[in-house]
Amino acid sequence: METPVDTSQIVQFAALDDLLALSRANSLWPLTFGLACCAIEMMAAGGPRFDISRFGAEVFRPSPRQADVMIVAGTINKKMAPAVKTLYDQMLEPKWVIAMGNCAISGGPFVFPGQYAVVEGVDKLFPVDVYIPGCPPRPEALIEGILALEQKLTGKRRWPVVKPPQ
Amino acid sequence: MSFLTAEPVRLLLALVCIMAFVGLNAAYLVLAERKGAGRFQRRPGPNEAGYGGWLQPVADVAKLLSKQLIVPPGTDTILFRLAPLMVISPAMMCLAVIPFSQTLVARNINVGLLMVFSFGSINVMAIMLSGWASRNKYAIISAARVVSQNVAYEIPMLLVVITLLMVTGTMDLNEIVRQQAGWFWHWNLFKVWVNPLMPVTFVIFFICMLAETNRAPFDMAEAESELVAGVFTEYAGMGFGVFFMAEYANIVLGCSLGTVLFLGGWQSPFGLWPGVVWFLLKLYALIFTVIWVRWTFPRTQFYNLLNLSWKILIPISLFTLLLSSAMIKLF
Repeated sequence: METPVDTSQIVQFAALDDLLALSRANSLWPLTFGLACCAIEMMAAGGPRFDISRFGAEVFRPSPRQADVMIVAGTINKKMAPAVKTLYDQMLEPKWVIAMGNCAISGGPFVFPGQYAVVEGVDKLFPVDVYIPGCPPRPEALIEGILALEQKLTGKRRWPVVKPPQ
Repeated sequence: MSFLTAEPVRLLLALVCIMAFVGLNAAYLVLAERKGAGRFQRRPGPNEAGYGGWLQPVADVAKLLSKQLIVPPGTDTILFRLAPLMVISPAMMCLAVIPFSQTLVARNINVGLLMVFSFGSINVMAIMLSGWASRNKYAIISAARVVSQNVAYEIPMLLVVITLLMVTGTMDLNEIVRQQAGWFWHWNLFKVWVNPLMPVTFVIFFICMLAETNRAPFDMAEAESELVAGVFTEYAGMGFGVFFMAEYANIVLGCSLGTVLFLGGWQSPFGLWPGVVWFLLKLYALIFTVIWVRWTFPRTQFYNLLNLSWKILIPISLFTLLLSSAMIKLF
């Protein structure tokens, strides 16, 4: 089967592309969508203490048609997987996925020989852009994940990376 | 320079100015709303894009414009595309008769108030069409809600405006403002010697304006917690952006109407600055109140919304109508 040609690799409108990437990075609207306890941390990130809105990402859109980034916050059961997949398919390009927490990354504590109920990582269903480890990750970690996604879009880091004290 | 004063050229200029006014207001009122929401909830709000967040609307609009466009299968294609235009164009048309100052009005017609209300009622039909065309169950439920809500609130609004019309005796908006010359107690809001319930009529007008523009606490059109995103569920990218613009255009229109009818329009209490400054001051004070109300009150239940209109607002506005006609007849 012939691989489709990606036209964006042939024709480049450099300045326009940069501008669009910058705009998209500054207006990442997440989908209002939480699966488990990580969603509580996601809500805290929207609250006054951590305030995701500083980066223009507090507009949680309930409809997948208007959302740009899907924050998969929680365990995905096999029963839930088709619904999550549908939501991903209903989102319009360009779209990104953040896997938040150990369950969304790999199944987390629910992986053991013979388990039959949990999807082991959301990347079994669709491609993921940013992984945020933690059980659950703190709201700062989610903000760091959004900054990492912005870096992926624009190629530039917004703030210097904070090194933990030795 | 004489061609600039020719009527068609002047109207074209006025049209461009109104479109720019609506566009800029929509973009920066969204920012004001998000910043305001931040301040009401004790957080900074968007402040990273540009200095203090001033480029946030630019980023949002560029992103919305570059988002994929789809018409979902099974929708009514023409109506689906047409509905956002039908929502925004009446609001822009109505702004043509709003007097920003004594001379700054696109077209001063002597039935301006009638025109505003007749075009303003197209809004509900356009939202209903968008819900119908989307072929989505949430959109249909939301469209039905919008229709019953708008019909319910059109009645007290019109009754209140009729009360005011009996006082002013004219539908010419510029003439209505001219009658309120003098100090602030000459504004229609405080004309208690004509009708002691004048402040009440303003409150009813403001509540109805909130409900007509589908703003919280009456945002039944886009009830996220119950209907995914209401009538906007299937709209993506700039189709949704136009609905958003239309919401803010309608707020600007409703608030400027409130300013003209009740708060003395471009009349200044001191004669200090030109009229347009006073008009914009009063307009943005009202718009700030709209934002304030949205982030202060939770959404009402739907039957409470209808009860408020049919059981409270309509009887009170009917009473004010009777009272002011009686007072006009007696004194």
